[in-house]
Amino acid sequence: MNSSRRSFLFRFGIFLNGVAASLIGIPILGYLLAPVRTRALQAWIPLGDVDDYETGRTALAEYENPFTVPWDGETARIPCWVRREPGDVFSVFAINCTHLGCPVRWFEGSGLFMCPCHGGVYYADGTVASGPPPRPLYRYETEIRDGRLWVRGGRLPTLSESV
Amino acid sequence: MSAKRNSRARNGKTDSPEREKRGAAAALAAVADWIDERVGTRRLFASTAGHTVPASAGSWFYVFGSATLVCFVIQVLTGICLALVYQPSAAEAWASLQYLNHEQPLGWYLRAVHGWSSNFMVAMMAIHMAQVFLFGAYKYPRELTWISGIVLLAGTLGMAFTGQILRFDQDAYWGLGIGAAVMGRTPVIGDPLVHLLLGGPIIAGETLSRFFTLHVFVIPGLILAIVSLHLRLVLNVGINEYPEPGKPVRRETYREEYEQLLEETGVPFYPKAIDKDLTFAGLLLFAILGCAAFFGPFGPTGPPDPTLIDTAPRPDFFFLWLFAALALLPPYTETFLLLTAPVVGLGLLVALPFISGTGEKSARARPLAVIGVVMIAVTLASLTSLGVRSPWSPVMDAWSGAPTPVEYVQGRSPLELQGALVVQAKQCRNCHALGGVGGQRGPALDGVAERLTRDQIIRQVLQGGGNMPAYGTQLAPAEVTALAAFLETLHAADRPPARDSATAAAGG
Repeated sequence: MNSSRRSFLFRFGIFLNGVAASLIGIPILGYLLAPVRTRALQAWIPLGDVDDYETGRTALAEYENPFTVPWDGETARIPCWVRREPGDVFSVFAINCTHLGCPVRWFEGSGLFMCPCHGGVYYADGTVASGPPPRPLYRYETEIRDGRLWVRGGRLPTLSESV
Repeated sequence: MSAKRNSRARNGKTDSPEREKRGAAAALAAVADWIDERVGTRRLFASTAGHTVPASAGSWFYVFGSATLVCFVIQVLTGICLALVYQPSAAEAWASLQYLNHEQPLGWYLRAVHGWSSNFMVAMMAIHMAQVFLFGAYKYPRELTWISGIVLLAGTLGMAFTGQILRFDQDAYWGLGIGAAVMGRTPVIGDPLVHLLLGGPIIAGETLSRFFTLHVFVIPGLILAIVSLHLRLVLNVGINEYPEPGKPVRRETYREEYEQLLEETGVPFYPKAIDKDLTFAGLLLFAILGCAAFFGPFGPTGPPDPTLIDTAPRPDFFFLWLFAALALLPPYTETFLLLTAPVVGLGLLVALPFISGTGEKSARARPLAVIGVVMIAVTLASLTSLGVRSPWSPVMDAWSGAPTPVEYVQGRSPLELQGALVVQAKQCRNCHALGGVGGQRGPALDGVAERLTRDQIIRQVLQGGGNMPAYGTQLAPAEVTALAAFLETLHAADRPPARDSATAAAGG
């Protein structure tokens, strides 16, 4: 009698703790996986007046990440390369090399983007000129509204997903 | 006994200084007895620090495990101190490191010790691992000791990487970018993995916080737990005896032979075999503290502002080999190797004691093991040295910072001089050296005329080829003419420029 009550209590204890564990365990899992669900976050970002950019030139532009927390600091400032072609055609490239994400630099004289990490080189239109990059530079979606240039951004481009 | 001492104290009588000292020692011993009766310290000490080891294990080769542990203790101590001041916030981390370096009294020293001790910890761990491998210590019955060591290897490298991120500077920012780019290569779940790593879709505030959590709570906790297991295993299955060739491990007889060895040659680790560990630990501490005092802390480099793009991100020393490998691997193998090599590598290490769990232990009877270790060491060393020099990277300021050597412009025609200007202005020097200065991405241009004819030079410039981009759209015809004219003059005085046989036959 006594022993069967004890064995019931033992099982009941395990059951209670199991329920409690899932009540905290599942929220913890959800909390940890929360960043995964922010994938759809993207926003249109103004990059200044169209006429800030000279035709035929490539210039460094920067914008504030549209999704920030107050403690982002300098990391909220995101750079990108803006190229204006005749006829108000804009190409906006992410700063990140498609090989491993290092910041590519534009060289006006040779008309090339060069990466300081593993020697990736791209032409002015973002296509690969040399080195290990597996694809052309990531391009932002662009739009011109009321004489202003807008791009769609908000995430770090990788081979899985562009900007 | 104790009552007598109490009464003496009450009476306030003093004996001779000699006897008083003995009295103090006796009092201490009594306190020790009191604690021992309740905690069981002596028995614990005898069964741990005093456990029996084969006399042959008291060797200089056996000091690297304890040396790694000494580094870990230093890391915990200095890490706790640094956490008192460090701000794990993307907005303030860099400033708090500057504060530690320059304002907080002795902050620079603790940062330096933490940084140098981490370097030494990785080094000691690597040597320890090579030693136990060469001494066959992973064989029966110490498989789990080896496997727990592999987990500690992963944990230590994890600490090294996350620690580099906490030094929240330019290198840390772009190092995270590299980490994300590697994750992003994973098929199907690449994107969620990137977001998990960064704590969001982009490197920002949440990213540093999660690396802080990993570096300060998760991985050290794991290391503490696994170190306990590692040491428990050393006590339970015994330390590996110094192996001799011709004495292979047999599953059926090994335990018995080991027991017999302990009976014949066993000594208590403390105080009989600890002397070398102790001495080496002391030397190691002096080396760490000396490096810290002399060389100072590591970084931080520039602030983690991604718009400051004039930067050449480099990982810390122990990851340079990987950085080099990523530049040198054929691009089409990269994604495959990045995703499979760590899994296969770790898998092989874990499988090792099951693949060769018995047989010869001594390195003298295992030439393949020796060759393997030497090959890995040479590979890592060569890749590291390449990583330091990174000849594959363009030298970004060579075009404006490296003048054309005077002897290459002396006595040249105006057209050729114009060509020399094109070489500089079109940033050729970023990839091509002249007079030993400039990039090494492409071949040096000294003596280019000995290798290529004028037509070949022009074709290579306009169409590119190999590693070279095509400059057809970037150069005006006049510039190409001038450039070719200049490059044609680049040959040693005693070596004629290359000539096209057809042109030569025509008398050109």
